[in-house]
Amino acid sequence: MLNKIAQKFLFLLVTLIIVFFSLLPFIWFFITSLKTEVEVTSIPPTLIPSGSLNFYRSGIEQYDLLHFVKNSIIIAGLTSIITLVIAIFAGYALARLRLPFKRVILGSLLVVSMFPQISIAGPVWRILQSLGWLNSYQGLILPYVTLTLPLGVWIIASFFKELPDELEDAARIDGCGHLQTLFRIMMPLAAPGIFTAAILIFIYSWNEFFFALLIMTQRDYQTLPVGIALFQGQYTLPWGEIAAASTIATVPLVLLVFIFQKRIMSGLSAGAVKG
Amino acid sequence: MILSLQERERAFGLILIIPTFLFVAIFSLYPIIYSFYLSFHRIILGLPGLGQKFVGFQNYIDLFHDRIALHSMFNTLIFVFISTSCEIILGLLIALVIHQKFKGRGVVRAAVLVPWAIPTVVASQMWRFLFNDKYGLINFAFFGSDINHYRAWLADPFFAFCAIIFADVWKTSSFAALLILAGLQTIPDELYKAAKIDGASGWQRFTHITLPLVKPALLIALLFRTMDALRIFDLVFVMTQGGPADSTNVLQFYGYKKIFAEGLMGYGSTISVFVFLITLIISIFYIKAIGSRLIEDKI
Amino acid sequence: MAELKIENLSKSFGNVKVIEDVSFTVNDGEFCIVLGPSGCGKSTILRLISGLERQDSGTIYIGDTEVSGHTPKERDVAMVFQNYALYPHMSVFDNMAFSLKMKNIPKSAIKRKVMEGAKLLKIDDLLQRKPKELSGGQRQRVAIGRAIVRKPQVFLFDEPLSNLDAKLRNAMRVELVGLHSKLNSTVVYVTHDQVEAMTLGQKVVLLNEGKIKQTGTPAELYDMPANLFTGTFIGSPQMNTLNGRIEKEGEKLLFNSSGIILDVSSWKSLKGYVGKAVTAGIRPESLLPDSNGPLTGKIELIEHLGSEIILHAIIGEMKLIARLSPDIEKRKGEAISFRLAWKGVHFFYKNERIS
Repeated sequence: MLNKIAQKFLFLLVTLIIVFFSLLPFIWFFITSLKTEVEVTSIPPTLIPSGSLNFYRSGIEQYDLLHFVKNSIIIAGLTSIITLVIAIFAGYALARLRLPFKRVILGSLLVVSMFPQISIAGPVWRILQSLGWLNSYQGLILPYVTLTLPLGVWIIASFFKELPDELEDAARIDGCGHLQTLFRIMMPLAAPGIFTAAILIFIYSWNEFFFALLIMTQRDYQTLPVGIALFQGQYTLPWGEIAAASTIATVPLVLLVFIFQKRIMSGLSAGAVKG
Repeated sequence: MILSLQERERAFGLILIIPTFLFVAIFSLYPIIYSFYLSFHRIILGLPGLGQKFVGFQNYIDLFHDRIALHSMFNTLIFVFISTSCEIILGLLIALVIHQKFKGRGVVRAAVLVPWAIPTVVASQMWRFLFNDKYGLINFAFFGSDINHYRAWLADPFFAFCAIIFADVWKTSSFAALLILAGLQTIPDELYKAAKIDGASGWQRFTHITLPLVKPALLIALLFRTMDALRIFDLVFVMTQGGPADSTNVLQFYGYKKIFAEGLMGYGSTISVFVFLITLIISIFYIKAIGSRLIEDKI
Repeated sequence: MAELKIENLSKSFGNVKVIEDVSFTVNDGEFCIVLGPSGCGKSTILRLISGLERQDSGTIYIGDTEVSGHTPKERDVAMVFQNYALYPHMSVFDNMAFSLKMKNIPKSAIKRKVMEGAKLLKIDDLLQRKPKELSGGQRQRVAIGRAIVRKPQVFLFDEPLSNLDAKLRNAMRVELVGLHSKLNSTVVYVTHDQVEAMTLGQKVVLLNEGKIKQTGTPAELYDMPANLFTGTFIGSPQMNTLNGRIEKEGEKLLFNSSGIILDVSSWKSLKGYVGKAVTAGIRPESLLPDSNGPLTGKIELIEHLGSEIILHAIIGEMKLIARLSPDIEKRKGEAISFRLAWKGVHFFYKNERIS
């Protein structure tokens, strides 16, 4: 077979190719966002941008970029908090308390998370319309909470399950009721898992498009994904501004991924392996 | 009423689950049922005066005859098959790379996660730009500065479809890789060492140890990816809007158009029910196949 | 401290009857051991006493109060767990203070009590450390300290020493005895280790398969085992058992075990059992070397323990184990004969001791 050096070289090559292709589109857009109008359409493509912030400026002034950012932050943030609270309660109950049908409940959560969005979109839209909650923050947050609950519950429940049974016994004997056991003992110890769940929920809500598109039809309430998808130019697509908007939309996520990659990985696989 | 310890625990547990149950019931279960209900009616949003006429199975009959619907189902299934296969294979490759211990492993891991982490619509715009017929990088990569030969990739039915597959594989192979990686990490190192001592080559170790033991993870990744691929929407919406000539029309996009663009809530619901049933059947099939496989592997 | 009384306790998990009709009393200040092999139900009894599980039937009294339906908090018991169950995210001080904090005791009082307990257990220099920084023995002390600080009505120990190495275990045993006499606490201590039971316990409750086999002092259980199970469980090396029949030859009573004939006329109570199948239980120290003895056989193995010799012999078809002084000069393969001592030999009919 190939000798060791050739094997190592091959491995390095494959790794570099993987990294390059994974980051190429993102880097290209990032570069594009720092170009001038001329540089965007130049052939051959300009590899090193002039560092101009024009597109960011016009994005903010003409295309309301900051508005989208604000909406995304509020919606993703609130969804994460609400889902976390509800998921902590449910995750604790499913992982530690003696309940009937636990498997069924967890299983059906999984099944529900696989429903195609279109199958529930129409009725959800109708419900929100009758409540007058189309084009409102709560109108999107409520479906988002529903969509992220299965993920949150599965991850948090699997972290709770890891904690030794005896800790709860000790807490009960030391005088804790169920809620106190949850808040004083179980939650601090499952904090890493809860934090991971928070990251994943935030990423999901930040990126969601389908429901955001349907429920937020007014510019004032639209989130970043909707804004970016619906970018219209006068004659051609304003690629520069799209690139700028995309960079703003993705830089926080890329940072999150680089800093918390270990947690994210363990969170995602927690559902798969331990389930 | 004095409850026993066990009853108290049960009651407390049920209370904790109620919020979750409420959300799921109101925003998932009820809508599904309501979609079924709507599919038996003729409703046109924007013309409330027509009311909600009950039409029985008429919508379903129309669906059968709807060429575009059948075409979009066809497109969807082909897309699912091709992209999922690619993602599993690529995912396995990426997982094998990340599984090795080397310096800079964290950077590689993070880089691989970036496609997963960014919004799909952003990814769609990125690839749209790369496939651009005037100044896209891909045209430049193939034809250099020879503008006359540049193709309008997204305006060609075949290439548009390929572009969508390509973008989806780029976006989600890392997710498949993560799931498979979790499976790889459960294989004890000693097995490889023992095989090495027994004289097995690298390829033999891969086919006889790695592949069989990573099968459960592969199947789980397959399940998740299939379910997600059936729901593809964002890529189509941004990159092709279902075109050109319905070549990239997929089920969820078609349903979206019917309900929200054309306001045909009744007929659109029929499509959405149809999508739901397909998803349900495939998932049951999968769970049955995987379930028995997983049990087999454990024995 | 208080008296603990358990009456007719039964508990099943699903279809499995784990505890059946268990009753015993632990006097105020008494150290009671609940002993038995794995799976005999002893941990379940502890959990029922603590309130972590609820019994199917029966009553539990702590002091004058019936606590059968009380939560753990209401029963005022403290428990030391096999795996210590220390809160990993809290310091030693906070671990010990936790239960007091839950009772809303003022900070100054908490500090005083924790320092008291820490000094008693010699862990006062570890108070700021986290459990993961401690050794097994230290963690055990913190677990005990956590229980002591509460000054509960009853102390419950669930095999607390089983995770320690042998030397540490012996040292902790001695400390526990010292602690008990200082605090004069009512203790229920669960273990499968009979050495612990014999050295620590004032009262031993021996369990097997959910039922009590015998209750008494360690000496009572050793010298007067009420049944075959007790006889063979208690005592190391294990009591030798021989199955045979009582026969009468003139005035003499004989015990016939597959050809081996023993004169058992000294055991008058066997008179009523002529013709019946009986099991003889012979403690290893009750086999006395005697060249004229009735039990003749060959030495299979000799274990030199320094202070004594454990000798394995094959007598007829039986394997017997004898405990001898180290002065005996015998070697493997040699012939050996024993006679029976009067003490340490018991006879059992249908598993119950013939007294």
